[in-house]
Amino acid sequence: MELLKKLVGWIDERLPIIDAMKAHVTEYYAPKNFNFWYFFGSLALLVFVIQIVSGIFLTMSYKPDAQLAFGAVEYIMRDVQGGWLLRYIHSTGASMFFVVLYLHMFRGIMYGSYKQPRELLWIIGMILYLALMAEAFMGYLLPWGQMSFWGAQVITNLFSTVPFVGTDLAILIRGDFVISEATLNRFFALHVAAIPLIVVGIVVVHILALHKVGSNNPDGIEIKKHKDANGHPLDGIPFHPYYTVKDSLGAVAFLFIFCAIIFFAPDMGGYFLEYNNFVPANPFKTPEHIAPVWYFTPYYAILRAVPPMFGSQFPGVVAMGVGTVIFFFLPWLDRGKVKSIRYRGTIYKAFLASFVISFVGLGILGTLPATELYTLISRVLSVVYFAFFLLMPWYTKIDKTKPEPDRVTSK
Amino acid sequence: MMNAIKKLGMLALLMSMPMLAAASEAGVHLDKAPVNLGDNASLQRGAKFFAANCLTCHAASYMRYNRLADIGMSEEDIKQLLPEGSKLGSTMQASMDPGSAKLAFGVSPPDLSVIARARGQDWLYTYMRSFYADSKRPSGANNLLFPGVGMPNIFAPFQGERELHVENHEGHETGKLVETTPGSMKPAEFDATIVDVTNYLVYMGDPSSLVRHKIGYIVLGFLLFLFILVFALKKEIWKDIH
Repeated sequence: MELLKKLVGWIDERLPIIDAMKAHVTEYYAPKNFNFWYFFGSLALLVFVIQIVSGIFLTMSYKPDAQLAFGAVEYIMRDVQGGWLLRYIHSTGASMFFVVLYLHMFRGIMYGSYKQPRELLWIIGMILYLALMAEAFMGYLLPWGQMSFWGAQVITNLFSTVPFVGTDLAILIRGDFVISEATLNRFFALHVAAIPLIVVGIVVVHILALHKVGSNNPDGIEIKKHKDANGHPLDGIPFHPYYTVKDSLGAVAFLFIFCAIIFFAPDMGGYFLEYNNFVPANPFKTPEHIAPVWYFTPYYAILRAVPPMFGSQFPGVVAMGVGTVIFFFLPWLDRGKVKSIRYRGTIYKAFLASFVISFVGLGILGTLPATELYTLISRVLSVVYFAFFLLMPWYTKIDKTKPEPDRVTSK
Repeated sequence: MMNAIKKLGMLALLMSMPMLAAASEAGVHLDKAPVNLGDNASLQRGAKFFAANCLTCHAASYMRYNRLADIGMSEEDIKQLLPEGSKLGSTMQASMDPGSAKLAFGVSPPDLSVIARARGQDWLYTYMRSFYADSKRPSGANNLLFPGVGMPNIFAPFQGERELHVENHEGHETGKLVETTPGSMKPAEFDATIVDVTNYLVYMGDPSSLVRHKIGYIVLGFLLFLFILVFALKKEIWKDIH
């Protein structure tokens, strides 16, 4: 024990481990009234670690080669010891990452966590979201099935609709005129090295920014306004042990669901692992129905909802891009005086509810073939989706808010 | 608050119902395959039928023969299925070389390793029972589920030859297959054989499924136990927070 203390002391004189521990864990004060929605941040970190670890082991047996890739996945599933488990962990992890992220983002919207002083925290989070979309998209090419191939073909073709530079841009991304082994090789490199490195960096920045401004809470009020004699917020509790143990509880509950999927329904009825992706990629045979994985389908539905203009699909691509990027502007679109939905008025709640419906509805429509009726519904829902953002300055301003409490309330 | 969220969720769910229903309506009727991966006898019969018939033209090139120990086959049993020149650890290759198969059928017979994952068990079960004689096809056979299929009707010796009779019910045309010459198996016997083959194809699509469920119960049991422990710990640590 004495020896350990000495060792820690020796290190601390050279590296501020005790200060860092205090600042970020034992003396980081978080509001005491976190509810269910506050699990998803730590869960996102958990899934990220799961993906990194399972991904490293998968890389040991995978072959980024157009002739071998499909077989390499089956080799992992059959001949590598525990390979099926690694593969299902990784494929389930990809989908669960987005489940957790969408809930985490929804929490941020619901409680106004993007509002002053957390604008930059929100923006960093949004950059993370975009980086993870790129990560997931490139990872999906690697099994080299029909959906991998044609999904990537459709998405990279979107870039070729950009006026003037489109064709060159698409070739730059693919490294070829169509999806080919060159694409597979670069996506592999980006998926296993480049983007994970970027994501690790932004995660650190995200947490640093969070700990600078402090966490929001379901009441949307600042706990730093009321401090005790030691300068600690009266409504705050140290992250450790309170939230380390509470988040552990959330993690175990999450892992229960996660493992139930891995062991009993790894393809989740074709939503986590698409059936057509068990057919090897064939550049000469276009599948009848190409649908991206579920977590991209809301944007895919927006893309298809916009009719081509002047013989170009570019407007749809722009709508899709704006649909993702528009989240960045939330801190400035929201003119509401309160943060949390608890003290917002009916108009805001109605807009938020219709936004959720449009997002889920577009997600479902994006998995279906585009019939006339579905395209019509997609158009209506796309308008609802954008109305939530574009009308926000207006409806948050006229909305009748309730007075915020002075101190946090318990559930 | 929780109430508002619940209402919101319900509303979203209700909104999406008609879309989900519409999604499942399309497509032809598939017979439900009574697959049971716990039935080793059925899986073994399926494996033997598969090795004797399907592997003539199709390969299952990700499946190794010695893997059949999973479904309770002994080394001796497996050796009976081995084609000449193959070892216990060999993958299942087609007897016919892919080039001549393509010449004969117009398409290369697909690899069947993961066919059950791509097509689904009900589709396979229905497909194998939907062949009929069609003189307009080069192979002399056609399929109700897969019109214009390249595969000849290899099931005819067992099931018997069948013809398509199209019946017109008030403008609704329905195809019905009628037996013209009987095969070596009775209809029920033939269906049971196809159940075995489908069962085997499902197993082969993901051999891990045999152990996955067993491990899964242990993992979930452990997590439940862990949850109770962490729950008690959380209660203890949080008892002073109000």
